[in-house]
Amino acid sequence: MKKLILSLLAGLSLFTSGAQAAGDGVAWDKFPTERITDMAALQNGAKLFANYCLNCHEAAFMRYNRLRDIGLTEPQIKDNLVFTGARVGDTMKVSMDAKDAKAWFGGVPPDLTLIARSRSAAGKGSGADYIYTYLRTYYRDDTKATGWNNLALPNVGMPHVLWELQGQQRAIFEDRKDPNDATKTVHTFKEFEQISAGTMSPAEYNLAVADLVAYLQWMSEPNQTSRVRLGVFVLLFLAVFTVIAWRLNASFWKDVK
Amino acid sequence: MAEFKQAPAGASVAEQAMTWVDNRFPASKLYKEHLSEYYAPKNFNFWYFFGALAMLVLVIQIVTGIFLTMHYKPDAAMAFASVEYIMRDVPWGWLVRYMHSTGASAFFVIVYLHMWRGMIYGSYQKPRELIWVFGCAIFLCLMAEAFMGYLLPWGQMSYWGAQVIINLFAAIPFIGPDLSLLIRGDYVVGDATLNRFFAFHVIALPLVLLGLVVAHIIALHEVGSNNPDGVEIKAKKDPKTGIPLDGIPFHPYYTVHDILGVSVFLMIFTAVIFFAPEGGGYFLEFNNFIPADPLKTPLHIAPVWYFTPYYSMLRAVTDPMVNVFAVLVALAAVLAVLKGGLAGKWKVAVLVVAAVGVVALKVFDAKFWGVVVMGAAVLVLFPLPWLDRSPVKSIRYRPSWVRWLYGMFVVNFFVLGYLGIKPPSDIGTLVSQAGTLFYFGFFLLMPWWSRIGEFKPVPDRVVFHAH
Repeated sequence: MKKLILSLLAGLSLFTSGAQAAGDGVAWDKFPTERITDMAALQNGAKLFANYCLNCHEAAFMRYNRLRDIGLTEPQIKDNLVFTGARVGDTMKVSMDAKDAKAWFGGVPPDLTLIARSRSAAGKGSGADYIYTYLRTYYRDDTKATGWNNLALPNVGMPHVLWELQGQQRAIFEDRKDPNDATKTVHTFKEFEQISAGTMSPAEYNLAVADLVAYLQWMSEPNQTSRVRLGVFVLLFLAVFTVIAWRLNASFWKDVK
Repeated sequence: MAEFKQAPAGASVAEQAMTWVDNRFPASKLYKEHLSEYYAPKNFNFWYFFGALAMLVLVIQIVTGIFLTMHYKPDAAMAFASVEYIMRDVPWGWLVRYMHSTGASAFFVIVYLHMWRGMIYGSYQKPRELIWVFGCAIFLCLMAEAFMGYLLPWGQMSYWGAQVIINLFAAIPFIGPDLSLLIRGDYVVGDATLNRFFAFHVIALPLVLLGLVVAHIIALHEVGSNNPDGVEIKAKKDPKTGIPLDGIPFHPYYTVHDILGVSVFLMIFTAVIFFAPEGGGYFLEFNNFIPADPLKTPLHIAPVWYFTPYYSMLRAVTDPMVNVFAVLVALAAVLAVLKGGLAGKWKVAVLVVAAVGVVALKVFDAKFWGVVVMGAAVLVLFPLPWLDRSPVKSIRYRPSWVRWLYGMFVVNFFVLGYLGIKPPSDIGTLVSQAGTLFYFGFFLLMPWWSRIGEFKPVPDRVVFHAH
């Protein structure tokens, strides 16, 4: 039932998604939304997040102990996920200096608390779709300072942090006639070619990224699933209330001739 | 002073207490005048839910707003984080915040439908002109309230939306730059802007809004409600009781009716809150989940949906459009002189005013005229009672083609709204220019078109089918 509602809403938001102009980059892959309600996936995502993201990126509005909502205990959080000496009630801050960050990456890495909410775009998909695509489309590009480029976010400043897991890949582009204008050619992405293997198979890597994105999506609004659950009961109550209000109205109005 | 009344002998304690109060405060009188003996036409239809619903949403906004203020910090360095604190750490804070953010959009949906009702049934016509004027003032005030409230979360859209709109004031000749500085309190949108917008949003404008709502309702209850037939129910009264034959007491009939409307509305409202609080990026824009960054301009800055029809009209005013305005002003002047039947000196006056208008149009920047057009699009609503010269009130008894005209007005408003969301394009600008001309043509030519055509006979009594 919950999945049905969630997928209906996902469809609805696709249909109505407005407000934003589509940026550049490839079409986004669909993030497997069912993982948002999967506790094991969320916990794995939290582990990946703490190990790979939370060194440069902050999640300054997210408290470590909120991770209890995805089935972890405070000692588990403290022993496995807090690396900075922060207390379990603190928010997820990092100590990288903004000036250093600018020198190393060309900018301060964005805060990730709300990243999944903020990256949704009209006609392209949800923020989760975007990140799911982004983390899977890094490729080697020697023309870039970091040696990496990305299909979803061309000329990205961040190097491929998960490369040990995915291995290295090369992007093959091809020049094709522009279907709208025969005089022009368009440089389009054709396929990836694996240069070196990672510690994970491509299928395993996709699942790992899905878990990480599920975590980011959950973190952007930790009570999103309980909100939907509560909403079902509120609507059921209002449905009953509406029937009563309808009959009450009818019983008064039968006198009005 | 009214005479002191005595409760009858053997009256209950409650009755005695009520008599005591009524001798000092007109509680029973107010209750009778506004509820139990306020006679409303019995033929209200679907469109008549939205007045009561607007009141409900106003209460929701005030109550949720009070609770939000308890944790919100109107400080540029803390505002964004305090909203996230409300969303994450304050018990039920997320619900209160979503109620408030969804309430803002709901308010505009309801108010637009409420205004539409007034337009199609001629509810602004004599003797209800002031109800309409107060209502337009409420609408204007609500726009300011919503605009200032939108800055408070201090996200990217809050910041840049405010930046764009405040910069518009800078286009006003002579005083513009100083005026925009006065509004911002700084040379860029910053902490000073946030603080003053907070002050306006939480106290100044709500006070004005409440005062206007009271005036709106007092004026309504003074003259009585219009109805879908546009028939004055006070014209046919029961000779014995003096009660309008087609009137029924507001309480209990319309209170139970509105409870039904409220419960259906709440189903839609809570469905958004619980299942789609972002409203697909329309109620909470995605970019607004990024903290305000004065150094990073978003690629595309769109106002919230309820402002987009007006934003479209603003963007429609380009240099060629100003030329169109100049030609229209000249044509109108020539027409007035030739056909207006004016005395000689008035003819000269009209020509002088038109000439000054044309010169002003060409002298000042198109951006300024865009601001004028946007403002005028709201202000043109105020004189509607005097623009409409139709002998009947309700669209039911107006010529059939008038329905098409009103239908086109709605479609046009939606198209303008849609174009206001999109980034500007050549074709979009052309369409919004046509839409702007239609919008103003609809109102400004109303004295002419509202008189023509074949009107249908208006019945003596309201049309009502028992439930």
